[in-house]
Amino acid sequence: MIDSFMSYLGSTVPPGNAGNQLWALIYVLIIFAGVSVAVICMNWIERKALAHFQIRLGPMRVGPHGLLQPIADALKLMLKEDIIPDESDKTVFWIAPVIGLLAAFTVYIVIPFGPSQAVCDMNIGILFMLGVSSLGVLGIVTAGWASNSHYPLIGALRSSAQMVSYEVAMGLAVVSAILMTSMKTGTGTLSMIGIVEAQQEQGVWFLFKFFPLGLIAFVIFAIAMVAETNRAPFDLPEAESELTAGFHTEYSGLRWSLFMLGEYAAMIAVSSIAVTMWLGGWMRPFPNWLSGQPWDFIFSFFPGLTFAALALFAFIGTIRMPKHSYFRIQTIGLGIFGLALAGIALLLLVIAVGGYVAQSHATTGPAPASLLKALAAFNEGTGYVYWFVLKVAIFMYLFIWYRATWPRYRFDQLMKIGWKVMLPISLGALIATAVVGVIVK
Amino acid sequence: MNPAINVGAAPVATPWFFYGLAAAAVISGLLVITRRNAVHSALALIVTLLSVAGLYLMLYAPFVAGVQIIVYAGGIMVLFLFVIMLVNIERVSKERQFNRMWPIGLLASCALLALFLSAFKKGKSLFPDRIIPLPEATNTQGIAAMLYGEAGKMGQYTFAFEIASLLLLVAILGAVIMTKKKI
Repeated sequence: MIDSFMSYLGSTVPPGNAGNQLWALIYVLIIFAGVSVAVICMNWIERKALAHFQIRLGPMRVGPHGLLQPIADALKLMLKEDIIPDESDKTVFWIAPVIGLLAAFTVYIVIPFGPSQAVCDMNIGILFMLGVSSLGVLGIVTAGWASNSHYPLIGALRSSAQMVSYEVAMGLAVVSAILMTSMKTGTGTLSMIGIVEAQQEQGVWFLFKFFPLGLIAFVIFAIAMVAETNRAPFDLPEAESELTAGFHTEYSGLRWSLFMLGEYAAMIAVSSIAVTMWLGGWMRPFPNWLSGQPWDFIFSFFPGLTFAALALFAFIGTIRMPKHSYFRIQTIGLGIFGLALAGIALLLLVIAVGGYVAQSHATTGPAPASLLKALAAFNEGTGYVYWFVLKVAIFMYLFIWYRATWPRYRFDQLMKIGWKVMLPISLGALIATAVVGVIVK
Repeated sequence: MNPAINVGAAPVATPWFFYGLAAAAVISGLLVITRRNAVHSALALIVTLLSVAGLYLMLYAPFVAGVQIIVYAGGIMVLFLFVIMLVNIERVSKERQFNRMWPIGLLASCALLALFLSAFKKGKSLFPDRIIPLPEATNTQGIAAMLYGEAGKMGQYTFAFEIASLLLLVAILGAVIMTKKKI
C-alpha cells in the first residue's frame, strides 16, 4: 500500500491514467470534500450577497456575520422530519434525489484542476461530462412524478422541456470550441486536459479565438448553462410564485438538502466546463507571454495573497464588532477565524518562496533533491488549482448576480429564446468557426 | 495531445465487469417488460441503456458509450418519461392488456435467440479472428478518420454518413410540419 502510495508521487498524468487506484480514490475524496465545502460557502455567500443587493443584512445571528448559518441550516435539515407523502410512489420518491446527486457528482472525475490534478483524463472527457450532467434532469423528472401532486408534476414537465431544449444550443457551442482544438495539430480532442493544452499550444484562450466567434459560442454556453442548472432567471421548474417550490414541493429535510447539494454541485460542474473550454482551465493569465521563472514566482504569490485579503476582511470585521459583552464570544471567534485564514496565507506564501528556491536549486541545493522536487511540484499544483478555482468562483458569483438582477422569464419566452435565438446563433457560430478554421489553415 | 497517457496502465476491463454489467442489463431488461407501472419500466430501461454503455466502454469504444448516454439515456428517455407522466398511470395499470400480440412476440424473440445462438456457434468463421483494439487515447479520432477520411481524402463511409444525416433532417422537418398547423 505504501509502495502504491509513493509510486505515484512525481507522476505527470492523472492517477486514473497512471492506473493508480489508491491515489484516484484520494483525489475523489478530496474533490468530494472540496465540493461539499464549496457548496456550504456558496450557500452563505449567496444569502449575504443577495441580501446586500437588496439592502438587507442577511443572516447575522448565528456566528459573526452569520458565518455559522450554513452549519445551523445543515443541522436543521438533518434533524427535520422526513415526510414521504402517502399517495406518492415511495421507491421512486426515494431514488429521485439520489439520481440528481449522482449525476452531479459523477462528472467531477474528468474535471481537470491541473495537468495532473484530475481523477482521470478520458478520451471522451467533454462528451462524458455533457452526457452524465444531462442525466441530472432524470432526478427532477422522477421527483416531480413520484410526488403525485400537481405543482411538482408541472415543475418536472417544465424542467424536462427546458433542459432538453437548452442542451441543443449548449452542445453546439461546445462543438465549436472543440473544432478550435484541431487548429494547430490537425486532430482535435475531446479530452478535458487536451482542450486546455490545445489553448496553451495555440497561445490564446478560446474565448478570444477567431474573435468574435469564440466569444459568441461562450456567451451561448453561459446562457444555456444557467438554464441547464435551473437557476434564475430560468428557474421556472421551481418558480415559487406559480408552483410553490416546483418539483421539490413535497420534499423535506435531508432529501430536500440532497436536491440543493446536487443543484450547486451541478452549477460548479458546468462552470468548470465553461472555464475549461473557453477560459484556459488551470492556466494562469498569460502563461506564454509572461513566461519564465520570475513571472512564475510573481504569480505563485496570488494564492497566499488571496487568503491574506480574506484574513484582512475578517480582522476588519473583528474590529468593527459591537463592543457589548454579549458579542464577546463572536468577536473572539471571528478573530480566530481571521488568524486561521492568515495562517493559511502565510503557509501558502512560504510554499511559494520555498518552491521558487527549490526550483532554482533543484540540483545544487543542500537539502535532499527529492524533498525540493516535491516542494516545487506542490507549489506548481497549488497554482494550477488556485487559478482554476478562481475562474470557477467568478462564474459562481455571476450565478448570484443574475439571480439578484433579472426577473424570471415566462415559459413561452424561455422556449422562444432557446429555439429561435440561441439555436440559430450557435449553429451559425459553429459553421463560421469551421469555415474560418479551414481558411486560416 | 498528451503522449504520456495510458503508459503502463493495466487493463481494468476484467470478465467480472462484463458479468456485472450484463447481469444488470438483463435484469433491468426483464423489469422493463414485467412492471405494470410504465414509469418503473422506463426507469429500468434507463438502467439497461446505461449498462449497455458500460459494455461499450469495456469494448474500448468510449465514443459510442458517450453517445449512448447522451442520446438514449439523457435525451430519448427524458422524452419517454415526459410523455408517460401525462398518462394516468393508476387507470392504465389496472387495465387488462387488450391486444393479442404475445404469439408474434414469442416467435420474434425465439428467432432472435436462434440468431444469437448460431452466431455464437459459428462465430469463428463469421467474424475476423480478433480485431486489434485501437489505443484508448486515439480511437475517437479513428472514428473520425473512418467517417470523414484523413486530411484531403474522402473517408470510406463519408457518402453513406452524409446521406443518413440528410434522412434525419427530412424526418425532423416532417415532424415539425405534422405537429404545426400553421407555419
